[in-house]
Amino acid sequence: MKARVHVTLKPGILDPQGKAIQHALGALGFGTVDKVRQGKVIDLEIAETDPEAARARLTEMCEKLLANTVIENYAIELVAGPEGPTVP
Amino acid sequence: MKAAIIVFPGSNCDRDVQVALRRSMQAAPGAGKAGGGAPIMVWHKDADFEKVDLIVLPGGFSYGDYLRCGAMAAHSPAMTEVVRRAKAGVPVLGICNGFQMLTETGLLPGALLRNARLKFVCRDVHVRVETSQSLFTGRYQAGTALRIPIAHHDGNYVAGADQLERMAARGQIAFRYCEPDGAITEAANPNGAARNVAGVFNEAKTVLGMMPHFERLADPALGGIDGRPLFDGLVEALS
Repeated sequence: MKARVHVTLKPGILDPQGKAIQHALGALGFGTVDKVRQGKVIDLEIAETDPEAARARLTEMCEKLLANTVIENYAIELVAGPEGPTVP
Repeated sequence: MKAAIIVFPGSNCDRDVQVALRRSMQAAPGAGKAGGGAPIMVWHKDADFEKVDLIVLPGGFSYGDYLRCGAMAAHSPAMTEVVRRAKAGVPVLGICNGFQMLTETGLLPGALLRNARLKFVCRDVHVRVETSQSLFTGRYQAGTALRIPIAHHDGNYVAGADQLERMAARGQIAFRYCEPDGAITEAANPNGAARNVAGVFNEAKTVLGMMPHFERLADPALGGIDGRPLFDGLVEALS
């Protein structure tokens, strides 16, 4: 099963890289950008076919390693693959 | 005193700490043949290292800072053992990348973010000793301003507002960036850290995490010895 994990900074956590991107966009002439926050996407393929079990394992992975839950949020998306339809 | 320094792939300040500790051990009264020997270097895969009085997590770029600084190192076999021993009261000193590992394992509260102004900062700064009531800072006087080098990209310490209040009340803040005269100002803060925090203890004050490299200013040949009393104090407290 394929999964996509989004890791983003919690609101209120300083994101100077996001700010730098915002300024760079402004310098390029894109004046309408009010806010930029930069996160991470981690794509995984796991040997699990049951969506609930997959989600549980991925949650554990996020809690233990993929995200630092002191400063980051995470969102897990199970992706459609040859194994079956998209799972919400 | 017996000490162990954990070495991860990418650690680069391990030998500096070994030298600093060894110098303090050799200079201590009654040193020499009696007890200890040079600090041992423990490879990160080794969860079975001998009993020691002090564990040091050195600076560097363990695992290339991949994912997050210290995140992967936090799951090394040696670190699992370090966490176990720390919970049993064994003193642990984390310097720079080591501080990051300590927050990643939850042995210390808070987290270290990318420096606020985005630059890797590599220069001498001043830090104020906030308390002498610990086995790490026993040889300093509270309120003293020290000149110590820093070299980091991710030293912006954050913790919840309530948590910081509690930490301050409990004397868990060890060092704060300051002016040469000890004043705590925004200008003296090299990375945006909350309350200019440069180093923190756990509640029991047996674990210290700090960004500045005290081991880099513990020898006159290096241009100063402001960092030396930290190691002298540890040797005195743990021998």
